[in-house]
Amino acid sequence: MNDDVAVVGVGMHPWGKWGRPFRSYGVHAAREALADAGLDWSDVQLMVGGETVRNGYAGYVAGATFAQALGWNGARVATAYAACATGAQALDVARARILAGMCDVALVVGADTTPKGFLAPNAGERWDDPDWLRFRLLGMTNPAYFALYARRRMDLYGATVEDFAAVKVKNARHGLANPRARYRKAVTAEEVAASPVVADPLRLLDICATSDGGAAVVLTSASFARSRGLSSLRLRAVATVTPTFPNTVIEMPNFATDSTVAVAPGELTFRDSIAHAAYEEAGLGPEDVSLAEVYDLSTALELDWYENIGLCKPGDAEGLLRSGDTALGGRVPVNPSGGLACFGEAVPAQALAQVCEVAWQLWGRAEGRQVEGATVGITANQGLFGHGSSVVLSV
Amino acid sequence: MTTAPAIEGWFTTGDPPALVGTRCRECGTVFFPREEAFCRNPGCAGEAFDEVELSRRGRVWSYTDARYQPPPPYVPASDPYEPFALAAVSLEAEGLVVLGQVASGFGVADLKVGDEVELVVEPLYTDDDGTVRTTWRWRPV
Repeated sequence: MNDDVAVVGVGMHPWGKWGRPFRSYGVHAAREALADAGLDWSDVQLMVGGETVRNGYAGYVAGATFAQALGWNGARVATAYAACATGAQALDVARARILAGMCDVALVVGADTTPKGFLAPNAGERWDDPDWLRFRLLGMTNPAYFALYARRRMDLYGATVEDFAAVKVKNARHGLANPRARYRKAVTAEEVAASPVVADPLRLLDICATSDGGAAVVLTSASFARSRGLSSLRLRAVATVTPTFPNTVIEMPNFATDSTVAVAPGELTFRDSIAHAAYEEAGLGPEDVSLAEVYDLSTALELDWYENIGLCKPGDAEGLLRSGDTALGGRVPVNPSGGLACFGEAVPAQALAQVCEVAWQLWGRAEGRQVEGATVGITANQGLFGHGSSVVLSV
Repeated sequence: MTTAPAIEGWFTTGDPPALVGTRCRECGTVFFPREEAFCRNPGCAGEAFDEVELSRRGRVWSYTDARYQPPPPYVPASDPYEPFALAAVSLEAEGLVVLGQVASGFGVADLKVGDEVELVVEPLYTDDDGTVRTTWRWRPV
């Protein structure tokens, strides 16, 4: 059943801090994706937008905002929000409609314009909103959560700040030739070490920035792609699972984990379960993966993902990194795009940007960063409030 | 000068202080912050809860600090800003890991994963009307 949906075109507006309305990035990406597919906007029967929560009402109804900006064409419309997994959830909505036979051509778009500095909650006093309270009562920023995970790797597995810096150095090198990356500059371990500590043990260059950007993906039914003779990839999985009670890892924006008093925790952590569900849906495993795009909100978090997506056992990520396996030219390159280290995060676009990179890699069009002979790619991310996603594409 | 908790009902302020959570009467699951409507154990239909004071001591699950002033609604305690440490602490009896700032005067150099810490209540910030708002914190033992 999962072979019935095809990725036929992708597009992106370059990431940066451009200061323009989010819809302009979305429309740019959408037009590029449609041109990439060889389709016209008038062919699109469903528009799914990834919601942005920092751009007013137009952001809450992003699907309609993009559709209007492209010129109303009568298409059905939907808007999805799932924090960092927003783009994947939008993709999932489109996939479901195609699988249900309700449409043949869907356009999925996410775009964001972000403020400077720490991502902060929306204004106002909201004493029943944990995302507001964690700032008010704890001063607990997103990097502080990433730092908890990083410190745990150090104390449990012997990770070092040099390992974290090596992730940044690798991803910066990967992104050098990527025309859509915001940062295209080599970074040395010394530069990471010289950047200020934000949340111990993480330094400024360990933590991803927030960016403006837009990404788009065109999905069609496999039969439509065949009838038009479109160059297509197989959308093998879109996992958008929630955690399983009790969730024993402290996560944004929570004050505490679930209690394990009444129910014992399962074998998989939430992050593990995201990729596990994707592999199961795809009928593939980590051994089949040619490359991965994972959510390196921090350098240390990339190491967690190696384990979560099954590239190695818990505690072995540093070894995998040091062996060069996850660098371009290695066994299974991770973040060949340069990852968030080179892009910064544009929340509702980011999960789609991951899919765009996998598509370019599988089509052999990732100039300057190509994973040779790539046949299967996986994406993975996690956002606050129990969201996460993993997408698997194959040739 | 009046002193009041920064949030009602999350912790006691006596000596010794304690975090206040709730426990489901049906399955015993403990919640912090308090859950009073529906048990979140998916296998439990519980809708009745008892208020419980959580263990005052726990072990550090992980820790960090805030070198830059967090954005609003965080209210800085001092000008210029002074960094503070944060810890996630595992409470064995409750099966919970609970976040908190680390007590004044202690930083990341004073902490290791697995270290024992205890709950204290300290000033967090001062209101516009001069009320000192307090919060729970973890202090190395």
